[in-house]
Amino acid sequence: MKANYVIVGAGISGTSIAFHLAQKGVKDIVVIEKSYLTSGATGRCGAGIRQQWGTVMNCKLAKASIEFFEKAKEILKYPGDIEFKQEGYLIVAVNDEEDRQFAENVKLQNRLGIPSRKVTRAEAKQIVPHLNTDAIKSATFCPTDGHLNPFKMNDAFYQAAKNLGVQFLFHEEVKEIVVKDHKIEQVITDKRTIETKNVINAAGGFSKEVGLMAGIDIPVYPENHEILVTEPVEKIQGPMVMSFAKNLYCQQVPNGNFLMGRSNPDAVPSHSIESSWKFLDEMAKTVTEFLPVISKLRILRQWAGSYNMSPDRQPIIGDVKELPGFYLACGFSGHGFMFSPMTGLLLSEIILGQKPTIDIADLNISRFKEAKTIAYEKSVV
Amino acid sequence: MNKKDVIICRCEDVTLQDLYDLMEKGYTDFEELKRLLRVGMGPCQGNTCGQLVQRELSKFLNKRLEDIPTARIRPVTTGVKIGAIVEETKHES
Repeated sequence: MKANYVIVGAGISGTSIAFHLAQKGVKDIVVIEKSYLTSGATGRCGAGIRQQWGTVMNCKLAKASIEFFEKAKEILKYPGDIEFKQEGYLIVAVNDEEDRQFAENVKLQNRLGIPSRKVTRAEAKQIVPHLNTDAIKSATFCPTDGHLNPFKMNDAFYQAAKNLGVQFLFHEEVKEIVVKDHKIEQVITDKRTIETKNVINAAGGFSKEVGLMAGIDIPVYPENHEILVTEPVEKIQGPMVMSFAKNLYCQQVPNGNFLMGRSNPDAVPSHSIESSWKFLDEMAKTVTEFLPVISKLRILRQWAGSYNMSPDRQPIIGDVKELPGFYLACGFSGHGFMFSPMTGLLLSEIILGQKPTIDIADLNISRFKEAKTIAYEKSVV
Repeated sequence: MNKKDVIICRCEDVTLQDLYDLMEKGYTDFEELKRLLRVGMGPCQGNTCGQLVQRELSKFLNKRLEDIPTARIRPVTTGVKIGAIVEETKHES
């Protein structure tokens, strides 16, 4: 078998890259997925879409991605509902430091055209009436942030890519990338050998391993992040409520369920996607402090997924100087879903030698070697 | 019987027709069907629909029932109030 481009991973990054490449007329694209569609981090994420970031790069990627999501159903001609709902993110500041930092963040976001604003406790109460404002100092709100169904969005990219001729191989695992004289020659899976000169690493939690197959050491690691869902109830909450200091995100999805998660401060790098009772305890306590009424709801399920963490909590998107034909879309640090339209668009432009719509030279893997000062994203749960 | 009149998943109101529409498009992995249709995501945790979907997949793919994996079982076993968990954490040493 021969392919022009082999994409590793059929999560949202892989399907978006496949779609954008195919849309630009590229033929013979193969996507290899070791499990089923949306089996990895995309299908395990919190389904939130936000533009309230602390670094220029993340703000730009997020804003342009939201503009894509607003038209995604039409662009991708998806017959179903992608459940895109823009009712905002309310990010609460719980101490003076966050209060000051968020004021800076809002300035940056506004400068880049993101309609976020600082709100008082009273205003926060109007936006989310059941919020315990005694627990917060102030908040920021961006009305165009929101929710998007990860299963449906990935399916939309997948179907659009397939309709443009992209071939998908499910339940097939990449075992080896054959490199000779600094050139990619083959991708070997557990089922076949594919002759190719180009490989795109969109393997999420396993992108480090895929990098090593090609001899490229990517400074990322996987980290277990847990999440839970409650029974569905009538709509009481429009926006996502989020706290960095108190380690919480919680939103009511269109189906009526509440989705919530927090990170484990003691997490060690691992591929584990196991659930823990400790998460249930901590999550229950945290959400009850901020959104007391939620404590009346029953938990239905809990699960976990892998964040692919990068050193500065910003994605690694671009080519690799040491190995022409090898491209990276990894290290999203928990935010690959919401950046996916730009991941696909910008990487396809870089691959085809076109001028990227947004200059993302700062997201190239070379930033870690050149040891230049780069912004560190603090706005992460 | 009309497939539209057969309910496969009571929690999420999914019909046999919904299931067939996706299987015919090539979604023949239980986990894929779960994510796109929400079968098994309701309060019963798939205890009702799980075997029904498994049987339909088995017929559709012409495979033995035991060769059709069901969706992964996730905790909690039954619905638990968040407040009840908070109460219990107060009694832990």
